[in-house]
Amino acid sequence: MSTATSTPTGTGSEPGRRQSAHKTAPGSKRGRVQQRWLPWAFLAPTIAGMGIFTLLPIIASIALAFFRWDIISAPTFVGFDNFAEVVQDPTVRVSFLNTIVFVIVAVALQLGLALGLAIMVQEKLPAWLRVFFRSAFFFPLILSAASVSIFMRYLFNEQFGVVNWLLSIVGIPAVPWLTTPTGSAAVVILVYVWQNFGFSFLLFIGGLASIPVETYEAASIDGATGWRKHWFVTLPLLSPTTLVASVMAIINALQVFDQPYVLTRGGPGDSTRTAVMVIFESAFQRLEFGQASAIGVILTLIIMAITAAQFRLSKRFVFYQ
Amino acid sequence: MTTIQERVTTTAPVVTRKKRDWSVAVRVVVLLIASVFVLGPVLWTLSTSLRPPSESFKLPPAFLPLNPDLSSYEQVFKQLNIVALVVNSALVTGLIAVGQMITAALAGYAFAHLRFRGRGALFSIVLATMMVPAQVTIVPVFMLIRGVGLSDTLLALIIPAIPTAFGTFLMRQYFMGLPGELAEAAAIDGASPWRTFRSVYAPLAMPGLAIVGILAFNFHWNEFFRPLIMTISEQNFTLPLGLVSLQGNLGTGSISVVLAGVVLSMIPALVVFMFGQRALQDGLTAGTGK
Repeated sequence: MSTATSTPTGTGSEPGRRQSAHKTAPGSKRGRVQQRWLPWAFLAPTIAGMGIFTLLPIIASIALAFFRWDIISAPTFVGFDNFAEVVQDPTVRVSFLNTIVFVIVAVALQLGLALGLAIMVQEKLPAWLRVFFRSAFFFPLILSAASVSIFMRYLFNEQFGVVNWLLSIVGIPAVPWLTTPTGSAAVVILVYVWQNFGFSFLLFIGGLASIPVETYEAASIDGATGWRKHWFVTLPLLSPTTLVASVMAIINALQVFDQPYVLTRGGPGDSTRTAVMVIFESAFQRLEFGQASAIGVILTLIIMAITAAQFRLSKRFVFYQ
Repeated sequence: MTTIQERVTTTAPVVTRKKRDWSVAVRVVVLLIASVFVLGPVLWTLSTSLRPPSESFKLPPAFLPLNPDLSSYEQVFKQLNIVALVVNSALVTGLIAVGQMITAALAGYAFAHLRFRGRGALFSIVLATMMVPAQVTIVPVFMLIRGVGLSDTLLALIIPAIPTAFGTFLMRQYFMGLPGELAEAAAIDGASPWRTFRSVYAPLAMPGLAIVGILAFNFHWNEFFRPLIMTISEQNFTLPLGLVSLQGNLGTGSISVVLAGVVLSMIPALVVFMFGQRALQDGLTAGTGK
């Protein structure tokens, strides 16, 4: 808040602390009474909405994890049974394992691609080219993951798809993309990275722009050129951005649903089933709402643990200027 | 950004002119190849939707829509109630965007310029809710919606999406950038607190509100997970859901028809991309400490 300077009066929406210094100000008492409820009038829609649609559901979700409920009959308390069943369920296990593999591969690809391209775009290019590349790499983000998965399914078609046609040009025989477990997992990863790397790319562009030029001058005086310059200067100075980009990429990837649902429905077998897909299926297809909540609670705990771990690791490895 | 770039250029490491040109050329080629991989699938989708269904799987693929044929677009209107899907999507997305803009403006203003007990703590709670994945709260939200008799309605999609932690955060940042003296001046002129907000601060915050609106529009126009759960009857489907079920119904016979639907569904996103790209980029990366 700026200065309680020579402004003659502090009534109206400006805070009460200043009013006490101007006790003679007319209407200050009324102003104060108004002050009490006024902020809450502004906040009411958001606070009420978030209470009902976010906070309450979080609590309900945790509570529900301890009950068995099919929405038709009355819920029964089962203690930790849901958790025990979920942890032993082979489908749930495979799905979590799939999700972890997916996160590792997809996030590594996404960040690597984004960082490499960001460095290339950011270094001496004509401005119009830089704008073009930025827009091009950002473009997939505005599309719906469902639509993207729809057309990608055709592109990865084994017999008639463009991807296999391209591969055939370089002499690689047709890959059974959507009919084998490995192929399907690869398609889900490729389609996901295709759509999302632009977000990390934007973050890296922002981070690169904030690295002071002097650092590069100093590095080049010391004789660093090319990749050495990036290894010893860009990467350490970019580490705060890398941290943010990786946290966001991991959290988003852990919740992947649209792409595997539309591309493969989780198959063949359970090979591309993900954590969120089993939440969806146990709740809305098998009507086991308690189990679905238990899986949700586990997923949330994993997300929180990873986030915390990353910030702890960052204390050691992130270099702040 | 340009200025930084120019400075990098002028102070770039001393290398021979020839070598530098070569490395720029390599970079441009790599970046162009990457762009082809990014834009190629979209161009293929567009050009395939503009060819007769029998040519959908023609190889080598055509990436440019020469001799456009609109029969697939006629078909998509016949096979899919696309008008209803567009209306549903527009209603849901539009009302969520407007609702988010209004509630986020009000709450953001309160957090930025009004004083009240517990402001800091409350704002922390708002921020913390951003970390909880929507898939975790969806089951209780679904039951709540069912409990109040709104299941399988558009309102089931609209109402829970209006309160926005991220929008509130963005608007708070935006209002903090506007000086508190404006309120003092308005008060001197006898404006009520509401009037001060509506006539002084809200108009100045329009660029911030535009970002909130564009982000909401882009996110909810493309949303798939919630509509999949909240809507049951086809008359309440939104576009992404309708298109996915169309693909399921048609098999591989009428690819170009499905793709025509996909192209139609992209048009609003394209308009946003052309006119609001900067706002979208700023909004998406806001709050990441950029």
